[in-house]
Amino acid sequence: MTTHADPLSEPPGEDALQAQPGKIVCNACPVLCQISAGRAGACDRYANVQGALARVDPLLLMARTLDGQGAVVPFAGGAPWDGSVAAQARVFVTGVGAGTTYPDYKPAPFIVSSVQTDVDMVTVVTEGIFSYCSFKVKIDTDRYLGPERAPVRCQGEVVGHVTTMEYGSQMLSIGGVHHLTGGSKKEGRVTCELMLALGNRQPVEMQIEGGTQLVVQAGHAPVINGVEEKRMRVGCGSATIGIFAQQWQGHVDEVVVVDDHITGVLSEHQAGRFLDMRPGGIKVIGRKSTPGRYFQVANPGLGWGGTDITDPLKIIKSIDRREAWPGERILMVSTTGEDYAYFVLDERLCMVPAEIPAPVMKVVERIGENCEPALCTVLFLGGAGGSLRAGVTENPIALTRSIKGLLTRVTCGGAPAYIWPGGGIMVMADVTRMPQDAFGWVPTPAIVAPIEFTLRRSDYAALGGHMDRVRPLADILAHERHRVVGWDAANPWPFDGPDARTP
Amino acid sequence: MGPTRARLDAQRWHFQHGPIDLVLEAIGADAARAAAYEQAWRRFATVLDELVAELPALRGEVAGATDLRGAVARRMVAACLPYRELFVTPMAAVAGAVAEEILGALVGDGEVTKAYVNNGGDIALHLGVGESFRIGLVADVDRATRHGHRIAVDGTFEVAYALPVRGVATSGWRGRSWSLGIADSVTVLAATAAAADAAATMVANAVNVDHPAIRRRPAVEVDDNTDLGRLPVTVDVGSLPEDAVATALANGARRAAELFARGLVWGAVIVLQSRVRVVGGVAAAARLH
Repeated sequence: MTTHADPLSEPPGEDALQAQPGKIVCNACPVLCQISAGRAGACDRYANVQGALARVDPLLLMARTLDGQGAVVPFAGGAPWDGSVAAQARVFVTGVGAGTTYPDYKPAPFIVSSVQTDVDMVTVVTEGIFSYCSFKVKIDTDRYLGPERAPVRCQGEVVGHVTTMEYGSQMLSIGGVHHLTGGSKKEGRVTCELMLALGNRQPVEMQIEGGTQLVVQAGHAPVINGVEEKRMRVGCGSATIGIFAQQWQGHVDEVVVVDDHITGVLSEHQAGRFLDMRPGGIKVIGRKSTPGRYFQVANPGLGWGGTDITDPLKIIKSIDRREAWPGERILMVSTTGEDYAYFVLDERLCMVPAEIPAPVMKVVERIGENCEPALCTVLFLGGAGGSLRAGVTENPIALTRSIKGLLTRVTCGGAPAYIWPGGGIMVMADVTRMPQDAFGWVPTPAIVAPIEFTLRRSDYAALGGHMDRVRPLADILAHERHRVVGWDAANPWPFDGPDARTP
Repeated sequence: MGPTRARLDAQRWHFQHGPIDLVLEAIGADAARAAAYEQAWRRFATVLDELVAELPALRGEVAGATDLRGAVARRMVAACLPYRELFVTPMAAVAGAVAEEILGALVGDGEVTKAYVNNGGDIALHLGVGESFRIGLVADVDRATRHGHRIAVDGTFEVAYALPVRGVATSGWRGRSWSLGIADSVTVLAATAAAADAAATMVANAVNVDHPAIRRRPAVEVDDNTDLGRLPVTVDVGSLPEDAVATALANGARRAAELFARGLVWGAVIVLQSRVRVVGGVAAAARLH
């Protein structure tokens, strides 16, 4: 159970009952439960959090500090909520813990009004039940994880698939309605559990059919076949040549950047020619794309630059005796700088390993320095264009139009949501910008995600909103179980826009 | 903090005081409903204090719980007395007894045509002539209530006026109370909510088998305010093999059948790891998915 100290709760009374050692007495009701550390009382509403009585509250509010640093400070001097406009301006009610209403035409669980910079705003807060939803996972790696379109499995069940390779990253699509409800009961359950864990930023283990075993956690490095990925490649082989060509000049005669996508050969490459480099005569295998750029020099794999190569000489097809010369200095390097080898041609024009000179090593290290840390990033994608809208307005298309017209801002647990163009309200949000444990589930199975619609009160009335259900923020604070966490200062404050009409 | 109440929607009220959470609904003419809610609220005001006043006795074995004064306490004892041969404290029926007591106040002189009081899944029903309730069954309490989300229902019962059922209760190791057994849920239909509550606890305790995937701990080690002392309560149930599930279900079904034969329950639905056993008269009334 997670518990959260509530800055609004009152300190225990002076006449508190004497507790047994190690326990505290909860005086929130006449039962006077004695509660050990880490436990909750009979009501599950109050808990002993490190010796202090704290509320265990489901509705999550986020409070912005005046300095925007994200730390939660109690309302003025720890005093209970005073309902002042100044205090209101700091609180955003998220959908986390809000629950949902059913049937759909009932107003959303919380429709909250607050005053923000002198403008009456309304936030419609709910938790959407999403059957149609998925997580798009970006895994920063050059390594070959498995074939495109391959099923991704968890506990033997298909939970998603491998989609495109993007620049330096492999994309996966996890979840989706076909796995949640379209397959066997077990497939749905396993998919739902995996999606829940992925959304709540826990590590999940997956197996790509015909490929690798992966551990993915949002905001953390991917673990591929038990090995943690460290660097995202600086660019493809050709790009690496383009970036560093000038820095190699004078220190080395030929550079081969080994990459599963495009392997670059410096002296043949446009960049080398531009520097008037002498052709080195080192011919690599693979299919030539344009000068100095080669596709398919090896099979995809877990070796150099996302190929299956561990011995770089395996990609050397020939050495052109008309161009190469004894003493020619050759660097072979991967796109992350993690793998490299240095050679000098001998009298017979054979590549002989040699000690890498310091100026060349410096550029190899610079490749590494220019690589960003490899991360897994997880975006939630869900369609809110259906019946969920009826909880906001009696005329759902008005909500869709209001969002498209930028009068209504959509957030997921306070995180900014990108609204996919075209029909419906398809939202996409980065799970690491949402509060911890923002996702839930229902046994349908389906994923439950927080969603908030924030707009001017006048606009809410105009789109046929449930005006009779609008409650002041102070009323929510006074009567609803809630907990408060700090606002993530990196997220735009939902009341600041996109409604740009505020003065 | 004293009792609080909040309107959930046009029909329902939520009463809360300490660990008691009630959802009430009365159906009838507007004036009758308004009067009913006021009566119920007045009765609710002192319920928790009455229970707390006699808490030590209510947390002891039922055989020793004589001479109790509170109306709710007496309902609890009456519901648990049939099980005095086994270990049971009146607390086994507290939720049902509170629901029943408040339902009595809600219905009062009978101006409402039907009504219910739901105390965290232990439900007291009032049905006028010809009325009925449809009640949803949730097999896995823990999953269904996690995050407080909308609950998906695994099956439904039709409780009609003619049935000798005015109480429904559910027990299981995942629920709010501790269980000696391993059932995901045992739902009991009985004449009163307190009777259903006690019976669900006793049947759930009987749904049991020995298996290494089941973790148990003395109740006092996991709950500071338990009435179960050092009895081993179930804290986790891993995936069980088919034969273990079948044995545990059979044990529970045997207990349920005994209670049915003694007239203590009208029926029971036992769920363990996706397997369901139905005992007594429920089968006719239930539609299980």
